[in-house]
Amino acid sequence: MIRTTRSALAVAAASALVLTACGNDEETTNGNGANGAEGAEAQSLVLYSGRNEELIQPLIDQFQDETGIDVEVRFGETAELAAQLLEEGEDTPADVFLAQDAGALGAVAQEGMFADLDQDLLDRVPELYRDDADTWVGVSGRLRTLIYNTDLVDESELPNTVEDLTGPEFEGRVGIAPTNASFQAFVTAFRVAEGEDAAQDWLEQMTENDPQYREGNGPIVSEVLDGALEMGLVNHYYLYAQAEERGVDPEDLPAANHLFGDGDVGALMNVAGAGILNEDSAAAVELLEYFLSEEGQQYFVEETSEYAMVDGLDAPAGLPDLDELDVPDIDLNQLDDLETTIQMITEAGMAG
Amino acid sequence: MRNGNGSGAPWWLGVLACLTTGVALLPLFYLVVRATEYPAADFFEVVFSTRSARLASTSLALTAVVTGLCLVIGVGMAMLVTRTSIPLRRTLAVAAALPLAVPSYVAAFGWQSMNQLVNPGTTFEGFIAATIVITTVTYPYVFLPAAAALTRVGPAQEEAARALGRGPVNTFFTVTVRQAAPAITSGGLLCAIYVIADFGAVSILRLDTFTRAVFTSFSMGFDRLGGIALSSVLLVLTMVVLLVEGRFRRTSTRYAAIGPGGSGSAMRLSMGRWTVPALTIAWSVVFFSLIVPGTALAYWAYRGVSTPGSIAEVAGAFGNSLWVAALGAGATTLLAVPLSVYIARRGSILARGLERLAYLAHSLPGVVIGLSVVMLGISVVPALYQTTWLLVLAYCTLMLPLALGPAVAAALSAPPELEEAARALGKSSLTAYVRVTLPLMAPGIGSGFLLVMLTVIKELPATLMLRPTGFDTLATRLWTYTGNESLAAAAPFAVLLVLLAAIPAWLMISRMLKEEP
Repeated sequence: MIRTTRSALAVAAASALVLTACGNDEETTNGNGANGAEGAEAQSLVLYSGRNEELIQPLIDQFQDETGIDVEVRFGETAELAAQLLEEGEDTPADVFLAQDAGALGAVAQEGMFADLDQDLLDRVPELYRDDADTWVGVSGRLRTLIYNTDLVDESELPNTVEDLTGPEFEGRVGIAPTNASFQAFVTAFRVAEGEDAAQDWLEQMTENDPQYREGNGPIVSEVLDGALEMGLVNHYYLYAQAEERGVDPEDLPAANHLFGDGDVGALMNVAGAGILNEDSAAAVELLEYFLSEEGQQYFVEETSEYAMVDGLDAPAGLPDLDELDVPDIDLNQLDDLETTIQMITEAGMAG
Repeated sequence: MRNGNGSGAPWWLGVLACLTTGVALLPLFYLVVRATEYPAADFFEVVFSTRSARLASTSLALTAVVTGLCLVIGVGMAMLVTRTSIPLRRTLAVAAALPLAVPSYVAAFGWQSMNQLVNPGTTFEGFIAATIVITTVTYPYVFLPAAAALTRVGPAQEEAARALGRGPVNTFFTVTVRQAAPAITSGGLLCAIYVIADFGAVSILRLDTFTRAVFTSFSMGFDRLGGIALSSVLLVLTMVVLLVEGRFRRTSTRYAAIGPGGSGSAMRLSMGRWTVPALTIAWSVVFFSLIVPGTALAYWAYRGVSTPGSIAEVAGAFGNSLWVAALGAGATTLLAVPLSVYIARRGSILARGLERLAYLAHSLPGVVIGLSVVMLGISVVPALYQTTWLLVLAYCTLMLPLALGPAVAAALSAPPELEEAARALGKSSLTAYVRVTLPLMAPGIGSGFLLVMLTVIKELPATLMLRPTGFDTLATRLWTYTGNESLAAAAPFAVLLVLLAAIPAWLMISRMLKEEP
């Protein structure tokens, strides 16, 4: 019995230790002084990147060569990094967060963790593709498209709007990825643009039209290329990525991107973007400027076939320029309410 | 055993056991702290919804079916390789252990690619697909401890049962299996908890389970608190599993044997006309478990043109995987040993409670474990944040039950009477423990170490979140390249990962075979 009591005490003590530790969470606010101050002097910075290493590291290497600023990059999934940043709070070692999409930036911005950006930096990017409160800025854009197999689908059959896809002629033919973030963002945009009811109707009619469910954009594009699927809702750049992995020109592949027109919400432009977490870091500002420099923007266009956010650069091969696009006029900050979207998609019966 | 004259466990063992469990409980503290920040109304809305109920029933159904299959396959296979005289018995034993080295996401991808080749145009997804794929990679969790236990069960009692007129089959089930029961149930428990926590396979195979919903909350809703609220349901599911398992297991039952294996050689059944069917079934399980993912990797390598950066990059990732896996396994084993002896020696509610608690964290998704260690690191030990040490702590939290299961089984078979004898001869309790009990437990401790090691090699979400910045393992490299659709570049990392993880699996089984009388 005595032993049991002792052991129980030990558990209590251990619990108290851990709980105290948790309690201290709020109090330890000596800030990221160490990291930040040193960062500014020794010209180094820590970047949290939700974008892939293969894509970003070469650009970072160029930046380091040109500026002499030492960049430590921590790679992760965008959402996990956003959660990690929120958990780290003020004490985060990160100076800059580069995210795969606007929703994650919105979540971090909402907690007030981003510093304000300079106006001349913001002005390089069209207002549509940056934060209203000036805390983050888009660095490259990805367009929603309907990819289709050019052998199986005739151009005349293609829909004008995403709403056309609920018609009987598309029954069982369209691939969608309802659990994928880019599809979610598109449905959120649909709600913002057309209203909740219209979005719910579209989801329900789409579900009744027997769409082909896939886990992500990648599988849809591969299957369209292989002819297993006729068409599917995806982002524009997957086609280019597949062309590169298969070692051929995009034009030689048996598939193409079809754009919805007239500002249809089907042609949503979402962005990858960045914000600064350490307001004292001059190096962080330099990095963002570099992302938006002609060199940086050119890199995104060439390597990822995404859209550049600044003027004067060509669109991806075969697609119209940024200012000629008929994209829907949607505040990307509003895309952070994915909760309701997920619920609607679930209720429509598309995903768990 | 609990009369307090020292035949139970010394007091310091209790303290150590509690501290150890504290490590495993970190994520629970985290969940409690964060859940209180979440508005109660929202919390209940998320947790008690019809969607929640559906996800929970899917998760439980999958857990029950996969665990059942794993028990049948694992025990059946263990029986074949330890208790029969089938041809190529040892080869089958080694091959049957190897699927443990295959990460579930690689297996799921492999089955889907294979399905594309065999039945083009059809999809391979849903409940049955997930059941098949997860069973093929988890049945070794039962097979290995079952085989180990069956090898160690001496023939003395079986012979006694036979002498008393029981038939060989009856003897096997009433005497032999019963002695191996602690090992078998702890293996089944690992399977069950693995299924609850698995994300890789169910996401690829599009089965909506609870863990998938937790990830969905994080990655689509950027809804950290919602994800955490859902995680609390995973804990409840795990408690249900633990309760079920508790009814089957009697921790205090001990089948002590003095000296390994007892005397004489184990009874071997001749399978007679059942030889061919048994071999066919056993080898087809192994074949599908290994060949399907293997083919997928070959397909990745063949299909693309991308290549990994350099040999140095591959070698570096290999070295790092080995390094963190060894550290993680070492630390986890250190924590597990005192806890296991305490559990084996004390039938107390506290001891049983501690054991159950150790399993809880294992059922949480890696991202939740990761975030809990982030919170601890940033607020308590900022100097260690994003260093290998905190990563190792996360591994301990995640992997403790893997080391604990075999160690408890070993501790149960190490008779406390020997330690008592040493103390009666004037040794201190610590000396008696180190000199007498630990050596007897060595095989179990070793199995636990290897099991943790191979699981660390496959682990991804916690590693990504907690690794030192710029530190890459085979798993993180595989993630980098598959994330960019560079499947051909990913292939060498995937192959090396499976090969590296296969080494501990092979060591476990081959050591066991050597033990055979």
